[in-house]
Amino acid sequence: MTAPETGYTFAYLDDATKRMIRRAILKAVAIPGHQIPFGAREMPLPYGWGTGGIQVTASILGPDDVLKVIDQGSDDTTNAISIRRFFTRVAGVATTERTADATIVQTRHRIPERALREDQVIVYQVPQPEPLSKLEPRRAETERLHALADYGLMHVRLYEDIARLGHIAKAYDYPVMVNGRYLMSPSPIPAFDNPKMDRMPALQLFGAGREKRIYAIPPYTSVRSLDFEDHPFRPIRAPHACELCGSTDSYLDEVLTDDAGGRMFVCSDTDYCGERQAGANKAAAE
Amino acid sequence: MYVAVKGGGRAISAAHAWLDETRRGDPSLPELGVAQIEQQMGLAVDRVMAEGSCHDRFLAALAIKQSKGDLIEAAFLLRAYRTTLVRFGASDPIETAAMRLRRRISATYKDLPGGQVLGPTFDYTHRLLDFALAAEGAPREAAPEAGAPVGEVPRVTELLAREGLMQREVPDDAEPGDLTRQPLAFPAARPVRLQNLARGDEGFLLALGYSTQRGYGGNHPFVGEIRVGHVAVDFTPPELGFAIDIGDIAITECQMVNQFAGSRTEPAQFTRGYGLVFGHGERRAMGMALVDRALRAQELGEDVTAPAQDAEFVLYHSDNIEATGFVEHLKLPHYVDFQSELENLRTIRRSAMQDLAE
Amino acid sequence: MNALTPGFADPVLDAQAAFRAVLEAMSRPGRVVVAGSALQAPAPLCRAAAAVLLALADADTPLWSDAGADAQAWLRFHCGAPIVAMPGDAAFVLASGAPPALAALQAGTEEQPQRGATLVLQVAALEPGRGWRLTGPGIEHEHRLAVTGAPDGFIAAWAASRTRFPRGVDVVLCAHDRLAALPRTVAIAEG
Repeated sequence: MTAPETGYTFAYLDDATKRMIRRAILKAVAIPGHQIPFGAREMPLPYGWGTGGIQVTASILGPDDVLKVIDQGSDDTTNAISIRRFFTRVAGVATTERTADATIVQTRHRIPERALREDQVIVYQVPQPEPLSKLEPRRAETERLHALADYGLMHVRLYEDIARLGHIAKAYDYPVMVNGRYLMSPSPIPAFDNPKMDRMPALQLFGAGREKRIYAIPPYTSVRSLDFEDHPFRPIRAPHACELCGSTDSYLDEVLTDDAGGRMFVCSDTDYCGERQAGANKAAAE
Repeated sequence: MYVAVKGGGRAISAAHAWLDETRRGDPSLPELGVAQIEQQMGLAVDRVMAEGSCHDRFLAALAIKQSKGDLIEAAFLLRAYRTTLVRFGASDPIETAAMRLRRRISATYKDLPGGQVLGPTFDYTHRLLDFALAAEGAPREAAPEAGAPVGEVPRVTELLAREGLMQREVPDDAEPGDLTRQPLAFPAARPVRLQNLARGDEGFLLALGYSTQRGYGGNHPFVGEIRVGHVAVDFTPPELGFAIDIGDIAITECQMVNQFAGSRTEPAQFTRGYGLVFGHGERRAMGMALVDRALRAQELGEDVTAPAQDAEFVLYHSDNIEATGFVEHLKLPHYVDFQSELENLRTIRRSAMQDLAE
Repeated sequence: MNALTPGFADPVLDAQAAFRAVLEAMSRPGRVVVAGSALQAPAPLCRAAAAVLLALADADTPLWSDAGADAQAWLRFHCGAPIVAMPGDAAFVLASGAPPALAALQAGTEEQPQRGATLVLQVAALEPGRGWRLTGPGIEHEHRLAVTGAPDGFIAAWAASRTRFPRGVDVVLCAHDRLAALPRTVAIAEG
């Protein structure tokens, strides 16, 4: 454990701010899927770059935690590195790239392929916490709609897709109903990841810094992707196997290899892919 | 064989080293001092203090140096610093009637008590590039010294209010909200709206204020008064119970006089749009005053039809630190959600093609 | 007044640990966790309840308490929470004896249910694995929790309170240095 940056308190945020965020987190857990407004602070990273997730992580993090930060499923994308460095610098916590070894996973846009356990917490960075924002930009109005559990707007929007295209056109940030009560944005994860949220053993926390909202899904809570009886929800992935590990059930990135239509598909979750490759190598060596 | 790209950490370090190098520019030229920026880029310093929500000329100048003159980046640096500072309490309200004036103008009266004081302004300069400035080190003539203003300099709006022509603001002892601690909620009270505007983006305030002049939410403004100068800041520690003068700050105040048609309960009178900003920032203070008045539409029983009158629209989009973060976050990788869109689009196109073929 | 005993030995890290205990308890209703073992709180305040309030209450959270002058002085000094006379005005309600009725506490509004109060309720003992049957979010199948010294009629009052969801009150049960939480979503049946 490296020494934390001096001059700031552990994990950067002052005690009063942490208490405020912690109270918001607890209420968020008690009201699954409901967005709690909180006094988000200006962070030394820009709004939209994970300040909500960072504030949530900073408020739960302790010296015994092991932190993993991913962006697009990868530990080595620049913003994931930047956030990991931030916490190493201000909290001196241990970090890992292995999903299995982490106690806290902060993520942007993915849920790891490896199933999360009860002793883990996943923190999502959320750009727009309001699932209805594209349909009704007025916050005062969407708060009213949530109070009434009036989600007709969203059903109409999805149904129009089906009528026009034969499919629901939402491929990511696909809205979910949490515990049968609140419509919630799962953050811009691919719809492929939505089923992982349902009855997940790990606690799921969501932080939106710029929009100043925190919400949560307790463990083992029902999370249902909106759909229709005749058009059930179908998670989409590229219909290929990973070129590196051969996985046929992980989410894939498409990589362009030349300018003549050459492309290949590889796992978005780099830790998952690496483990599978290592496992295959070991098996081959034995 | 494809290998997943690694080395993001090294790339970040190298990029930041390069940034440092470009910040310094040609090392054969003298390095800019923070004091030089503070003195010679004073209006940039003022803007950064206003949008950074922190009155500290040295830190604002340092932020400008560090940000290579990107003023929004500089304001961001100042905000991120400000948020870590310990709060000792809130100052007493400042008294702008007691301002030590550098500039004071009214567009509504030819002359008035305290007089018109033009002060250091670009107004009436001819915007011709001054090539003499390119010759550094040339001595400049000192400006002529004026006598200090004589006697009281009452606010123009106060003069109108005494006659009953200007709507009085009702004093409110309620603790005003604090935007830096609590998230916006609607309806937003005027103190919260003014806080938001005071640190809003100057370009945004300017454009919205301009839109009201062009008929989008028409109010009919006159500059009752603009005053620029220094005021004392007092702080009353609860354990002492009396005020202590903790220093002066430079501010600009703009009071716009606007028509108000009156209503069933109130006779016609003027209403106020108010702007108050750190430093010398007339454009910002005027934009703020126009938007403040526009945002009062609802409470004054006017139709809310224009963007500048729409509190949610204005207050959620005024902050350039929030705006720049979210606009610029589009630079971050989005290939996971993009991939999802790709597959979705391919599926939709495939089934459309099938339908066509059938 | 007696000299005040200290609060957290390490205000930053001890508060974090206490918060994580409450978070774990709130996330997995009925699971019993340990908090505040090293605290010396003035009677009748138990260690777990003291840890919860030290970690979460402050000048922004009005506190109602029935725990008497010593405990209130201690809480005011270490948390800075304003003490209110009516339980209905409090964000945190500390009950060491018979608690105020759930219906008398802040329950929030339909739009802002998060304004519902947190009741820190001291009981004689908490034992997992038997007793009440808890179901709801956070619980895979069923959690059992034996609560010794629960207020009379609590289960019926809780069931009534739950019908108001999303409005409601969240409870942290505390005994000695153990705590278990009942978020407003949890359903309780007699064991």
